[in-house]
Amino acid sequence: MATVLRGLEEIQCASAKFEQDDLWLKRDDFELATEWELKPEGFCKGDLCIPANAPVTATFSKDDRLNASGFWRYVGHPVVNENEGEVWVFGASAQDRAASLQSSQAPDFSLPDLQGNTTTLSGLRGKKVLLATWASW
Amino acid sequence: MWQKLHAENQDRNFTVVTVAMDSIEAARPWIEAVSPTYPCLIDQDHRVAELYNMVNVPQAVWIDECGVIVRPPENAGSSDAFRFMDRETKQMTEAQLAERENMKLGYVDAVRDWIAKGNNSEHALDAGAVQSRVRLPNDDTALAHAHFQLARYLLRRGNSQQAKMHFAKASELHPQSWNIWRQAADKDETGLAVGPDFWARVDALGDKPYHLPIDMRGISSG
Repeated sequence: MATVLRGLEEIQCASAKFEQDDLWLKRDDFELATEWELKPEGFCKGDLCIPANAPVTATFSKDDRLNASGFWRYVGHPVVNENEGEVWVFGASAQDRAASLQSSQAPDFSLPDLQGNTTTLSGLRGKKVLLATWASW
Repeated sequence: MWQKLHAENQDRNFTVVTVAMDSIEAARPWIEAVSPTYPCLIDQDHRVAELYNMVNVPQAVWIDECGVIVRPPENAGSSDAFRFMDRETKQMTEAQLAERENMKLGYVDAVRDWIAKGNNSEHALDAGAVQSRVRLPNDDTALAHAHFQLARYLLRRGNSQQAKMHFAKASELHPQSWNIWRQAADKDETGLAVGPDFWARVDALGDKPYHLPIDMRGISSG
């Protein structure tokens, strides 16, 4: 069993096998953890596919499992895990973050208040927003 | 200071949204003391700092009615005057206090100007100016945030030893981030990370600023 943290999601992967920096998952767990799917045409996310004839398919497949952390790194994102291999963070690349900061829309997020009520930034369209950070420390 | 600004302007298609780079427990007394009427969000994993590449508090972003950034993340009116206070008595001179107050007032006045004039405000930047000012993360920054997210998760699970290791790694990869360093640092009895380690780190800045200077007419960062 491994837990993959990706964004706000916490995904439990019952099929996890862990070898050093590699997290091997069965297909359904791989899809949940990465949002990529292995199809006959290759690894795909929506309309985007890495063709099956590229060596990547073979590199990240072994028996009935796929190397989720290796694949996540291959597509350019950071991966970290704690030593026991039970908790993994599948982060977002600097490139994606930069693209989102430079896009025409402010990067969107949803966060809770003290009562647990969630506010989504994009839900405030129509108003000017002063988004200000603070901390107790 | 945000509550007053929000209350004065909430009928003008304006809202303050604050984001606490903090745990719920640490943020709660501060929020309850002010009872704000704007959304006060809790960001225990510093997601907003990651999304907007923020490195300290307070930093703020101006977002217009269409969701477009018209001022990218910047220091929201804090001065570096605190660096030169008497560290024994924690007293600041009148000049230091005045500098601090002027920065804050200057910043809030600029927000008021934007609320009144919209994108015609001299403080609202066009897309080109926003692009040239926005600070972008690098690969180490992205990796630092992943370590930080793991550390916060491990800490919530009671694994403070492993958490400490990943906090340290995050700080090492992203040394400009006071958010990461102070969140992980030891706190005093009032919850502040202002021990000798903090002052040593501040002093190590030398001529570099703690709060980045604000590039805004009418504001002098001292």
